[in-house]
Amino acid sequence: MKIKIEKRLNTPRYLSLVVPILSIFAALLIMFIILTIFFMGRMGSFQGAFSETVSAYKELIAWPFFNQYGLYSTISKMVPLAFVALGLSFAYKMKIWNIGGEGQLYMGALAATWAALFLFRGITSPLLLITLVAIFSAIAGALWALIPALMKAYAKTDEIVVTLMLNYVAIFWVDYLVYGPWRDPKGFGFPGTAAFPEPAMLPTFFDGNVHIGIFIAIAFAILLQYINLKTQWGFNSKIVGDNIKAATYSGIKVKKYTIISLVVSGSIAGLGGGVQMMGMQHRLMHGFSPGYGYTAIIVAWLAKLNPIAVIFVSFLFGGLLVGNDQLQMFYKLPISLISIFQGLVLFCLLGGEAIAAYRLKIEKAEEATANE
Amino acid sequence: MNDILSFIVATLHATVRAGTPLLFAVLGTIFTERSGIMNLGLEGIMLVGAIGGFVVSYNTSNLLLAILVAMIAGAVLGLIHAFFTVTLKINQIVSGLAITMLGSGISGLWGKDYIGVVAERFETISIPFLSDIPVIGRILFQHDLLVYLSLLAVPLMWFFIYKTRGGMTLRAVGEAPEAADARGINVFFIRYLYTIIGGSITAIGGAYLSLAYNSMWIENMTAGRGWIAIALVLFATWDPYKALLGAYLFGGITALGLRMQAVGTHISPDFLKMLPYLLTIVVLFFTSTDRLKRKVGAPASLGIPYSREDRT
Amino acid sequence: MDDYPILEMKNIQKAFPGVLANDNISLEIKRGEVHALLGENGAGKTTLMNILFGIYHPDHGEILINGKKTVIHSPQDAINDRIGMVQQHFALVPSFTVAENVILGLKNFGFIIKTKQVEQQIKELGERYSLPVHPKARVWTLSVGERQRIEILKLLYTGANILILDEPTAVLTPQETRQLFSAIRKLVQEGSSVIFISHKLDEVLEISDRISVLRNGKNAGTLNRNEVDRRTLVQRMVGRDVLLDQEKPKVESGPVKIEIKDLSVKNDKGLMAVKNLSLKIHGGEILGIAGVAGNGQKELAEAIYGLRPIETGRIQMAGEDLHHRSIKKRIQSGLSFIPQDRKSIATCPNLSVMSNIFMKNAIPGLKKSSAWNMQIKQMHEKAGELIQNFSISTPSTKTRVRYLSGGNLQKVVLARELSNNPSVIIAEHPTRGLDIGAMEFVYQALLEEKKKGSAILLLAGELYEIFRLSDRVAVIYEGQIMGYTPPDPSYTEKIGFMMAGTREDSIHEN
Repeated sequence: MKIKIEKRLNTPRYLSLVVPILSIFAALLIMFIILTIFFMGRMGSFQGAFSETVSAYKELIAWPFFNQYGLYSTISKMVPLAFVALGLSFAYKMKIWNIGGEGQLYMGALAATWAALFLFRGITSPLLLITLVAIFSAIAGALWALIPALMKAYAKTDEIVVTLMLNYVAIFWVDYLVYGPWRDPKGFGFPGTAAFPEPAMLPTFFDGNVHIGIFIAIAFAILLQYINLKTQWGFNSKIVGDNIKAATYSGIKVKKYTIISLVVSGSIAGLGGGVQMMGMQHRLMHGFSPGYGYTAIIVAWLAKLNPIAVIFVSFLFGGLLVGNDQLQMFYKLPISLISIFQGLVLFCLLGGEAIAAYRLKIEKAEEATANE
Repeated sequence: MNDILSFIVATLHATVRAGTPLLFAVLGTIFTERSGIMNLGLEGIMLVGAIGGFVVSYNTSNLLLAILVAMIAGAVLGLIHAFFTVTLKINQIVSGLAITMLGSGISGLWGKDYIGVVAERFETISIPFLSDIPVIGRILFQHDLLVYLSLLAVPLMWFFIYKTRGGMTLRAVGEAPEAADARGINVFFIRYLYTIIGGSITAIGGAYLSLAYNSMWIENMTAGRGWIAIALVLFATWDPYKALLGAYLFGGITALGLRMQAVGTHISPDFLKMLPYLLTIVVLFFTSTDRLKRKVGAPASLGIPYSREDRT
Repeated sequence: MDDYPILEMKNIQKAFPGVLANDNISLEIKRGEVHALLGENGAGKTTLMNILFGIYHPDHGEILINGKKTVIHSPQDAINDRIGMVQQHFALVPSFTVAENVILGLKNFGFIIKTKQVEQQIKELGERYSLPVHPKARVWTLSVGERQRIEILKLLYTGANILILDEPTAVLTPQETRQLFSAIRKLVQEGSSVIFISHKLDEVLEISDRISVLRNGKNAGTLNRNEVDRRTLVQRMVGRDVLLDQEKPKVESGPVKIEIKDLSVKNDKGLMAVKNLSLKIHGGEILGIAGVAGNGQKELAEAIYGLRPIETGRIQMAGEDLHHRSIKKRIQSGLSFIPQDRKSIATCPNLSVMSNIFMKNAIPGLKKSSAWNMQIKQMHEKAGELIQNFSISTPSTKTRVRYLSGGNLQKVVLARELSNNPSVIIAEHPTRGLDIGAMEFVYQALLEEKKKGSAILLLAGELYEIFRLSDRVAVIYEGQIMGYTPPDPSYTEKIGFMMAGTREDSIHEN
């Protein structure tokens, strides 16, 4: 009897769902092991470390998903994640690797602050003000992405490092404003701007614990799904993403698609920044993002660039981020713990997909290799 | 006049120090990319190198052991990247990103209990005679061991890549893996080898930050240097001497920014901090890929997984 | 030639997903012979040789060298057994010199390369076997013929005595082919064995001592050269008598559909690949362009379609200048292009059959489908219709085209390119890599379009195909038309001269 490993002809549908889910579990398992080893360094014994890890995991899962107030935090944290992930997946569909979600988020927040605190200071109608601020934050994100877009379309410059560098520039820019000209005089030296005026704050529900940004995100997810499935743009993006030469051959203006894709991607991320300001932060602060832009990359990948799935995966990661905060507080673990999980999930996902491309074939000795 | 001169000398001295972590990272990655593998995980590798080295240095006071452990940490991450990109043939960009996240996460975890403590530092070794030369002596010959090592590595790497059989093998694997395969060269082995070696050399660059540039551990202390190094590899067109030029160019911008802050200019410190990143964008813009690649003999297979059965 | 079998392949079997490439093949090579492996595309020749060279592993079967059973795991093993292979796509490092390429991967050279010594050795080797080369030249500057010589020298340098040449004349001019053949004869004289893979009957008849014909993955017989003629070979290759003469539909010549005047186009290296070329094609006419690959055909096709800029000259379709028209507009004006590399630009491997058919979004007949509200179901239905019409063998319209065979993939391309009543069709090597059934299908499809009044520009390498389809034959050499002939095999010699650079008017008729 021989067992052969053979490349699959068709990947069955169920695997596309199973592999991401399994990767999450696999990553959790591996991180469990890593944490236990780490705690052994602190506590000195395996027993102690093991139980410490178990209780840390309970905290990680229970609070964000099974506690009312934890759940509120989860929903709040998932909003910026969802926005950036939706934006990123728009570009990733064409294999344009926008790593600049974080910077686009910051620029959206920056523009929102400028609009709410300075430009449209006097406006009292919440609907008008919120809409204007939202538009400005989207434009800011779009412009920030326009730089790598033009470089890529006209100079064939790779977008990965450019978008990444712009992240740092955006963060420093915000720092400059927040420690300098925009610093709140009444803030007691705290690195942040003054608070947004009332009309620029998003309405809330659940007793003020959750803002309506979640609905805006879901609306965008539905819109993007429609674009993917039912419009020429969605159809053509698939072609550009699969074979650029075929796209040119088909008459698709690849330069145009490249630029639009990155700009739209940035604008959605930027909008996320604006929503975060109006809904959650209510002021621009140093370091207001715990790396949403980077976590969003994992979210987009795990959701396989499907906008509806992005919402669900954002929920999951929103919860993990909340749990991560808990672990930082109660278990003295670093914030960067979540990065380990993210890296592991990505590897498990990639590895899982690579393995899923093959299947086992069991052959009896007398049988010749069958034809397909 | 003297003030200006001493400012320049001090800045150039700082340039060498600031450029060294970049130089290690770029040299290591030149090895990896010349074999045809793109490694975007430099930030993560440098960070594990930094924390690994620091932990060992803090606990044993043995700096050489610290460097060794840093190299092993970098090698491990390199091995993981190689496994996913060479054997599983995963998209190299995504794998690199995952390495970055994994590396920075692990460094954060490992380093959590080491924040704020101080450990050994690589002392400055002034080379006799040479360090007494006015101006140049201070700039080039009053540095620590790692700086000298990095400078020595440049001509050695150049000789290896262009003048030896091993270097020829490396270049062939990167430029035309089918050709190398047809000659009986094990493409997979070479790619594994140089991804691991590249990782360990890059990690030394990270260790430099925690053991020489500073003598402490700060979370995310690489601050994007890993990404700048990736741009520099392209800028250097995979050549060790140009890598030296690029690394010191960026080291210079960083050093200048710090010096100017120290001297007290009116330019906002945040803007000065932005400069290396902005410069990277400019460099990338001018390093137009296609034309250059063909002339220079660039690793044409960069980023593309190699599969024997795809050849027909 | 000895009677001694230096190499035996016994009962070799190799399957790939969906296809049995080698079905119980046995082959015997004698020392000092030129043994041709003849067969159509897809017959299994290259697969079999890849197994011999260690690139693939057979599912069943064994290999004996000098009577001893040998397992070949990799090219390195093959090299150790003194087997060498020159593949269709050369395995050379472009930026290395000739000498560096020859010694690449060899173990007995120590750490530092002794350049001068190696260069001298290579020079001598080249002279001995009529394969002259400049050891210091960098490969990217060399012509195809010169590169092929390096490939052969590589093998000889390591002492290979069984040389496999895979379709070596596909990219050579007639003169270079002469040189190659004399080199082969020299090699065989000195005791090597040469396995010559080809699908070109005439060459096989000229150079080989024995011929093994492969058909559909099986060995259809090994024959001595002096026992066969073209007819027997064709019968073995195809299993039936192929009608070498076919009736061409007589069609009324319509108005000029496409006219090219003084066209000049540069290639990727910046050199002029098409030089002041002019031609015109009427509706209902097929113009076949013959020529060795690399004489500007690709650049011509790309310039007409819009994938490559024009330096000077004009292209007019139905009287209108195409110069600044985008590719999209050209498609809408009725221009179709079947490129030679269907996998690289004409299809998206991971997308469905339907997506590939609708890739250009130019298929008429979809109601209520717009850019903002595409009727996906309708598109699948229409694709289903086209699958029937073009006899495409696929499980469904949703199947990813990477899983289709070469023939079916080409039919997908045809379904797309021929379904919107094109007025001008550019067909570039449309049957490359297809088996005879698929080739016939392509011919019929093109002839159908001709009947409907399309103007077809056929760029093909095989004269057989050109004679079969064209109404007129033009020969291209270094970007210029050397002359025209009628589509009659009796003009083959004249065409050969033109392909090698002689203008029509300076050929002396014998």
